[in-house]
Amino acid sequence: MTDSAQKISAGGTNFQPVLKCLAVKKYYGAVKAVDGVDLEVLKGECFGLLGPNGAGKTTLVEMLEGLTKPDRGRVEVLGYQWGSGDDRAFRERISVQLQETQLADKLTVAETIRLFRSFYHRGHSVDEVIAKTGLGEKRTERVMKLSGGTKQKLALACALVSDPELLFLDEPTTGLDPQARNHIWEIVEEFKSRQGTILLTTHYMEEAARLCDRVAIMDRGKILALDRPASLVEKWVGKEVIEFSAEEAVDGESLKKLPGVKDAEQRNGLFILKAYRADQALPALIAEMEKKRIKLTRLTSRPATLEDVFMTLTGGKLKNE
Amino acid sequence: MSESRIHHPLIELTISRVKETIREPEAMFWVFVFPVLLALALGIAFRERPPDKIPIAVDRRMKDADRVAKMISKSAQLKALIVGPADLNQYLRVGKVALVISRSPEAVPLKSGKAENFPGGTGPEFFLIYDAARSESQLARLAVNDALQSGNGRMDVIALQDRLVKEPGSRYIDFLIPGLIAMNLMGSGMWGVGFGIVFARTRKLLKRLAASPMRRSHYLLAYMLSRLIFLVGEVAGLIGFAWLVFGVKVHGSLIELAILSVMGSMTFAGLGLLVAARATTIETVSGWMNFIMLPMYLLSGSFFPYSRFPTFLQPFIRALPLTALTDTMRAIINQGTPLFHNWLELLVMIAWGTISFSVALKIFRWQ
Ligand SMILES: Nc1ncnc2c1ncn2[C@@H]1O[C@H](COP(=O)(O)OP(=O)(O)O)[C@@H](O)[C@H]1O
Ligand SMILES: [Mg+2]
Repeated sequence: MTDSAQKISAGGTNFQPVLKCLAVKKYYGAVKAVDGVDLEVLKGECFGLLGPNGAGKTTLVEMLEGLTKPDRGRVEVLGYQWGSGDDRAFRERISVQLQETQLADKLTVAETIRLFRSFYHRGHSVDEVIAKTGLGEKRTERVMKLSGGTKQKLALACALVSDPELLFLDEPTTGLDPQARNHIWEIVEEFKSRQGTILLTTHYMEEAARLCDRVAIMDRGKILALDRPASLVEKWVGKEVIEFSAEEAVDGESLKKLPGVKDAEQRNGLFILKAYRADQALPALIAEMEKKRIKLTRLTSRPATLEDVFMTLTGGKLKNE
Repeated sequence: MSESRIHHPLIELTISRVKETIREPEAMFWVFVFPVLLALALGIAFRERPPDKIPIAVDRRMKDADRVAKMISKSAQLKALIVGPADLNQYLRVGKVALVISRSPEAVPLKSGKAENFPGGTGPEFFLIYDAARSESQLARLAVNDALQSGNGRMDVIALQDRLVKEPGSRYIDFLIPGLIAMNLMGSGMWGVGFGIVFARTRKLLKRLAASPMRRSHYLLAYMLSRLIFLVGEVAGLIGFAWLVFGVKVHGSLIELAILSVMGSMTFAGLGLLVAARATTIETVSGWMNFIMLPMYLLSGSFFPYSRFPTFLQPFIRALPLTALTDTMRAIINQGTPLFHNWLELLVMIAWGTISFSVALKIFRWQ
């Protein structure tokens, strides 16, 4: 192990940044894939990059993983900068699950994990990881025969087999059904419970909300907001979102002045009230509409989510599928 | 379930590679079965038969036609057919027989229809009717003369004994088998390595591996090592088959043959690696493979000697790695030449192998 590696494990406060990136940029021709990103991920935290397709999440993560060189800026992983002579020692301590990797079709689950285990000096046994990821029944199945969810579990198993300090997960549940997604979440939560640090990208706000201690909302290569999920929602949307449509035009400014309402907007004929308190805003809205003799259709109220934060920040949707 | 000890990554990578290959039935067919089928087909098509006996017609109207036919049949080169007058003309004209034996000079009339009085008698007088322009007929004339003379009591004044010799490895199948082995080593080396790598790259598996502490050289070496394992089956299979079915013998040392096979295999694995070093699609790599291998299939003398190509091409042809491997392979298998007599060819192979391997390492694209 190297000097810098020892420094970190020895000097261990929980707030030590395990991952750091400063003014990082990566352009592909005219496409500003990552356009000046700063962030720090602390030890033991699960950090989420939330953004739609093409936001630059993969590009950013692969720069952190040392697979892509940034055009500008500085990346540090466990206090180390990629390419300064000790890459393999640091690759022993991190693990990655890439967005698009397809593992060898003809190998079995156990053979694949075993191969990855052989690359590391230390780590779990193949059996331990198979048990941890619930792949027991599939251990002698060839990769080509696995369902999407099981393949993703296997990718996770290959990443976990080295017992990494830092785990990168690039859209680990994209395209999976809810049950498979839940399985993956449980595996990630188990890793988290043992003080593992995670950097995760996703375009599912439920995933970010459930797994992540802090979330950076990313769009077009930039980070638009960064905080705990609840704080982000609180700051940008409030607590509740009231949506309604009406038979006649409604004055937006008057809606914003209703008690308990933080903000109001109109989108595709739908009125959206962002409210701190639905118990105040709802009766006030109904009273206001009655006063103006405007008939309400489709009135709903629901808790605000990260999706609403994203909408507020970009005017667009997270999922474009 | 307990697991066996996990080996060095190079060994685990090689084992994985071997497993992946043998679980691909199509690849197995092209590497192991196809060359044997090709050898079988070509071996049968070009097999050498003892020269056929020359057919001779004996005119049925002769009273002693049976006796004459027997005399003819005693000759090692001739066989006799007893033919009626109606067919003689036709048989001679279409070459079904090379010569007609009769007692009538007009047994085969140029113009038929004329009733003819066939001479009786069984005396030692015959007419041999044939076309002097046909070499087979000329040969038949000599053999028939001998057969009839000795059949009628001529004594040979000197004793001649035939003793047939055959150069070792002079049949076409002997020429073909080393060529096929070399060709197969090239094909499986280049496809096996090149295809596997580009496939892994298109599936982002290379990128995933590059993110692990795996030594990159181990990955590439594992491809080379797995080739060595398959090599044993490829070479031994063809050699064994050719020996059992066609009696093709290895005249040189088996150990030297093994060394040569390893060198050849590594040379082409290196080339395969180079071709695959940057290609990002299967189409690109296939195109390059064909571009590199096709000239060698044509020029390197796998199926016929390259000496038939014009002189100015010869130095170029001899610089090709497949030519070097094929020539050395033939020297060992057919002539029993010691391996190092072909040092120039060995140098050609080593040069191709090391240069392409080191360039491949330099320019290799992991993503
Ligand atoms: N290798 C590349 N070459 C050119 N453009 C790229 C490359 N990688 C990513 N991009 C572009 O950069 C942008 C960000 O992509 P990506 O990082 O994959 O986003 P995300 O992971 O958030 O979906 C996209 O517009 C994408 O087309
Ligand atoms: Mg992505």
